[in-house]
Amino acid sequence: MKYVGQDLPHESARLHVTGEALYTDDLVTRFPGCLHAWPVQSPHAHARVLGVDASAAEATPGFVRLLDAGDVPGEGDTGAARKDEPLFPNEACYEGQPVRWALAETEEAARLAATRVVVEWEVLPAVLGVRAAIEAESYLADEIAIRRGDVASALEGAPHRLSFELLVGGQEQLYLETQAALVDHDENGQVVVHSSTQNPTETQVIVARVLGLPRSRVTCQSLRMGGGFGGKETQANPIASVAAVGAHVTHRPVRVRLDRQRDISSTGKRHPFLGRLDVGFDDAGKLVAVDAKLFADGGYSLDLTVPIAWRALFHLDNAYLLPSCSLTARAMRTNVPSNTAFRGFGGPQGMLMIEEAMDRVARALDRSPLEVREANFYVEGDKTPYGLEVRHPERIRRVWDGVLESSEYEARRAEVDAFNAAHEHTKRGLAITPVKFGISFTTAFFNQAGALVLIYADGSVQLNHGGTEMGQGLHTKMRQIAAQELGVLLDDVRLMPTRTDKVPNTSATAASSGADLNGAAVRDACQKLRARLAEVAAAELGAAVDELSFEDACVFVASSPTRSMAFGELAQKAYLERVQLSATGYYKTPEISFDEAAGRGRPFHYFAYGAAVSEVEIDGFTGQHFVRRADILHDVGDSLSPLLDRGQIEGAFVQGMGWLTREELRRDAKGRLGTRGLSTYKIPGADDMPKDFRVALLPRATEPGVVHGSKAVGEPPLMLAISVREALRDAVAAFGDQPSGEAVELATPATPEAVWRACRAIQGR
Amino acid sequence: MPQHHHDSTKKKQPMKPLEFSLNGERVVAEGVDPTETLLSFLRRRGLTGTKEGCAEGECGACAVVLREDDGEGGSRYVTVNSCLLMLGSVAGRELLSVEGLAREGELHPVQAAMARGGASQCGYCTPGFVMSLFSEYYRADRAAPEPRAIEGNLCRCTGYRPIYDALESLGAPAEDDVFLARLKQEPPKLGSFGIHTHTPEGERAFHRPADLHEVFHELAKHPDAKLVAGGTDVLVEANQSHRRWPAVISLEAVSELREASLDDTGLTLGAAVPLEQIEARFASALPVLGELLPLFASPLIRRRATFGGNLANASPIGDGAPTLLALDAEVVIASSEGERRLPLADFFLGYRQTALSPGEILRSVFVPRPFPDASHFYKVSKRVMDDISTVAACFCLWRGEDGAITRARFGYGGVAATPMRARDAEAALEGHALDPAHVEAAAEALGAAFTPIDDHRGSAEYRGAMVVALFERFVHDLEQAEVAR
Repeated sequence: MKYVGQDLPHESARLHVTGEALYTDDLVTRFPGCLHAWPVQSPHAHARVLGVDASAAEATPGFVRLLDAGDVPGEGDTGAARKDEPLFPNEACYEGQPVRWALAETEEAARLAATRVVVEWEVLPAVLGVRAAIEAESYLADEIAIRRGDVASALEGAPHRLSFELLVGGQEQLYLETQAALVDHDENGQVVVHSSTQNPTETQVIVARVLGLPRSRVTCQSLRMGGGFGGKETQANPIASVAAVGAHVTHRPVRVRLDRQRDISSTGKRHPFLGRLDVGFDDAGKLVAVDAKLFADGGYSLDLTVPIAWRALFHLDNAYLLPSCSLTARAMRTNVPSNTAFRGFGGPQGMLMIEEAMDRVARALDRSPLEVREANFYVEGDKTPYGLEVRHPERIRRVWDGVLESSEYEARRAEVDAFNAAHEHTKRGLAITPVKFGISFTTAFFNQAGALVLIYADGSVQLNHGGTEMGQGLHTKMRQIAAQELGVLLDDVRLMPTRTDKVPNTSATAASSGADLNGAAVRDACQKLRARLAEVAAAELGAAVDELSFEDACVFVASSPTRSMAFGELAQKAYLERVQLSATGYYKTPEISFDEAAGRGRPFHYFAYGAAVSEVEIDGFTGQHFVRRADILHDVGDSLSPLLDRGQIEGAFVQGMGWLTREELRRDAKGRLGTRGLSTYKIPGADDMPKDFRVALLPRATEPGVVHGSKAVGEPPLMLAISVREALRDAVAAFGDQPSGEAVELATPATPEAVWRACRAIQGR
Repeated sequence: MPQHHHDSTKKKQPMKPLEFSLNGERVVAEGVDPTETLLSFLRRRGLTGTKEGCAEGECGACAVVLREDDGEGGSRYVTVNSCLLMLGSVAGRELLSVEGLAREGELHPVQAAMARGGASQCGYCTPGFVMSLFSEYYRADRAAPEPRAIEGNLCRCTGYRPIYDALESLGAPAEDDVFLARLKQEPPKLGSFGIHTHTPEGERAFHRPADLHEVFHELAKHPDAKLVAGGTDVLVEANQSHRRWPAVISLEAVSELREASLDDTGLTLGAAVPLEQIEARFASALPVLGELLPLFASPLIRRRATFGGNLANASPIGDGAPTLLALDAEVVIASSEGERRLPLADFFLGYRQTALSPGEILRSVFVPRPFPDASHFYKVSKRVMDDISTVAACFCLWRGEDGAITRARFGYGGVAATPMRARDAEAALEGHALDPAHVEAAAEALGAAFTPIDDHRGSAEYRGAMVVALFERFVHDLEQAEVAR
């Protein structure tokens, strides 16, 4: 039985539907005497702690202690990129920043105690918003750049030229399971960290640093996450560290779980970006030169902002050739939580800039956005601005033409136009956009993974790998690969929780790379074991090693299947013959390198492609809108698990719709977040799904050099939702006179109010 | 700090323990804080399948199922948010959590449907969807899947398509289905219940009277008690602002407040009738209720929320008031002294202030006949379903035989400190036909009617524009309906 490529439900589906699946905070009742923590948060966007009076807190029944910097045995900083995130700071750099933590016997007591801590503040000036940061020259890091050709003279010489500024909003990850950690001590003082983290190794590393311990003294386990989306790539670390400090000083288990308000108010989000673009193009709409200056709102600390800014630059081209370009980005320091990874990791913001340019170019020339996009597609032999030859550029056309056809684009274009002509107050819009997304960590050394596979003498298998499960189905894919490689039944392979004592020095499960990297490592380990077992079986069955087949928990001679033995029997035999039945596997992505100083290199192993056609309808009275239909054709290579991949595509698309049309982070003039709960921060609901939603995987799409010819799928489809934004713009345009030769301005997120403003602006012309 | 009440009688009263049925087993909760949420209680007991996603009734990850009286002699399953239920509220009830559905290792059909086709990814929201599908599966006379069944649950992973597929794949329960059989049993009766607990954080008293007489008795004993109907707003205050009350009086079992009737004079809606029942029973007679209620809140909320709570709360963004104002509703206010009636328009005195005096409660809402000849409810919000209004408006017109407007009532929410009528605009139409000149006059009056504020839901400018735009939309929709006729 082949498992790879089969439609299989999530390996924990049964546990999910029965409620038996355990998440970090579900462990609390298993730790008697566990203490609870609650943060004392800054009410100011920027303020110095002048004094802390805990006397009222101390009088709270059940109060245990107020954690502060003096309790930290090691380094009191959890910054992953550099040490700029004090765990118990005396200077709060954003509203909501935890400065102290109350520990108590119950969550209620911890909360009460925390609210009774009186902090004396000296309010300091705050920098809010990326424009203010530019004004204040408030930077987190140096400018980064990718340049090709002499952009200034290319712009000068371009037949047409336009410029614009685009502010892209942030987005809260809104994983349904908020940040959580529970830390206990094991035998001999071993620190055991249960954490809802995408990066158990880094959580281990940071906790060890905070406790002043070698990494070997800390074990981190990530059972599974109730969603991560990047929000638990680095930002699980301080949560685990607080629990670790608490457990260290009290010698009791300590649980830290943020409720939704505290989670939204104290953790980072997708970066808002400001882009300033100057674009030169010819009569056909072909780009001649692009000068793009991006500014990322990094929040108060560095975190992942620089690699995110790089990825924004790497995707500013999307699927289009930028013949001459200067692409720069700067990480800006502002007084908000440190913005962090979120599905796409800067890619979406970069891509949105060039898609905005495409539409503006089209309207300036009175051409259709579709034809302008097509005119700029990469073709064979083209190189990206950073000098990487675009692999399989023909797939851009394949997904594009495929979805144009399957969506009946042309006929529907006419229908939409006819509808708009007949309706004064309701308009529809139709648009198609492509995605080309680079796969690999752009920091080369992260592109490695390990696995540990154990076969017991009864033939049952335990599978460990370095990746974490956050809903994407990574564990399911790993089981498929292992079961197929070893020729055992899926149920014979037990997927173990991700732990740093099984596979060391792992990378975050991020950058869509989980299946590529860990899958190859799992395969490597299984191949080693299979080779060892094949030796034993060959002797037993009197055949050569290469004559054997491993399938359906059975080993047999391919040419004579009756000469066979059960996999369990073989394992027992191998054990008796003293054959090692455990193996580690390892993989590193070949040929990855990038020279940051030169802005040149091969940051990606390959590209994933997709295209989407979306149709929307706008109510002109209110600006309220919905997606009537969305058609997607996406390239996942030879899918490892089509049911899961389709789920990733649909989920990413709807999440991307949320980013572009619904989800709005609103702060007041003092930097206080107004949208700190699900009642005010609106993620897409069931009713928001496209009314007609058609998703297909690109057929015949083998990707050579990747495990089983597959491609990464986690992030790329999020950007297919840009088609919804462009369809909204198409509908907004229908409220005005067309063609006008003028740009159709549309703010992001395109909330009903933003769409209403856009409609009003175009009607006011 | 809330004031503590010292009631000398409480220690003498023998109190029934807080008991309920959970997954078929009797639970006696001793020494608990009756105002703790059911969600918190379940999780503390190790029933961690029920998840907290928001603690404000938005995400449905904490959904549980209650078996309730269906009002027709039988019972039905209703899915509700356990984060919005005080433990005291479940006394005497029968409930199911996600752990109670699978039998002897065999998945319940709704679990199997959710597990089959990719409807769970991270799995965190999944138990809540399972519980929503559960009550849908047993819905009486269910002929087709009801897509609204999952509108009270949020999923961040799937994009919902496979969850809709799971919903659509549900067949009918087998004849020997144990949960179906259970529905034929006598439903649990909510009797009078009371409990006091001394917690480290202070006194907690919870009373659930069964009739008005008992309400006023408790109210006399605890004049500062927090009155709770469905609890869908009070519990949000408890969970999000961490308000705690030494004494709570739950009105959900008060028989007089659960009465609703339609007669020649009009529609009487008891203050504690859940919105879902109002929609089911009266939307055909008063279609604007059928427009309002699906947009009002998610189905999980509507099974608990009441007009009484919504009005007494006096939130400027509650969706009940604009419609009831436009329907020229009256409120009936009761106290131990008797009853008084008030036009709803006179009920709201200021931001979250009502005409209720100490010792008074809202007994019912009365919508007098004749019902309007034309009416529509509109709501502007970021998300259509399960969102709070940026602006809500309801327009009702009564017409004479000549087609002229005899009475116009426009109720608005989200544009002032209280829900309000737009009286000048109403006056501009009354006595006239709905012609362009008078529409324009009304629109002009609306433009000056309110001074809305800026907040995270919308700018003052947008809100102000929506006041007029929704009226224009109303006029447009009436014209379209005329054309269609």
